[in-house]
Amino acid sequence: MSQMSKIVRTLSNIAFPFIMIFGFYVIAHGHLTPGGGFQGGAVVASGCIMLLVAYGSTWVFEKIKVSRLSVFESLGALGFIGVAFFGLLFGGWFFNNFLVRNGILFNIVPKTGSTAAEFNTAGVLPLMNFAVGVKVIAGLFVIVLVMAYASSLKEWKQ
Amino acid sequence: MLFEIVNILLLVLTVSSCILAVVTKDLLVAAIALAAMSLLLSLEFYVLQAPDVAIAEAGVGACLSTAIMIIAIKRTKRMEEE
Repeated sequence: MSQMSKIVRTLSNIAFPFIMIFGFYVIAHGHLTPGGGFQGGAVVASGCIMLLVAYGSTWVFEKIKVSRLSVFESLGALGFIGVAFFGLLFGGWFFNNFLVRNGILFNIVPKTGSTAAEFNTAGVLPLMNFAVGVKVIAGLFVIVLVMAYASSLKEWKQ
Repeated sequence: MLFEIVNILLLVLTVSSCILAVVTKDLLVAAIALAAMSLLLSLEFYVLQAPDVAIAEAGVGACLSTAIMIIAIKRTKRMEEE
């Protein structure tokens, strides 16, 4: 797949950082606002695929290898299940929310009723959102990357 | 009253873009019409108070599947034959 015209490349250059920041915002505020790991990961992967369509697959294959994305996907799954097993280690049961009330990170319990959205809450849920986000970014990007690689091959075995 | 008007308008536009995707002979137009259908469907989800599903539908339906279909159309033929 060759690269597209200069208008498309310039517009995707302008839109790319905003899409990235919105996606990471959705991932990081998954315990407060609608969205979470899967939705934010889908938004970030959409931004990466916009670059893939605008700049062509050969430019992306020089930058990114599929095996590295596979490592990131496995890292996301291991992070999710690792946080769950840390709950078993520190608190006594699987998926225990061990960070809330006694940690430095994400330890506040909000008051009931309508309060301001406090980012530093919810215990292990933001960590799990980050893990799911990394897994979804790598997984959805590698699907389209393999599709582009298969369509860039010259010869097909019929 | 405004809720019903927006709801009916979004559903009519969704169904009409689906019909355009089926009827047209240009496969690129069909892919773009499916992307527009997915975007209108995500707006409909947002109107029906499911913003979680709306973000997922807009990301996966309007961008990822459209990119896959456009890559496949680039490899094969653009116009549909009789």
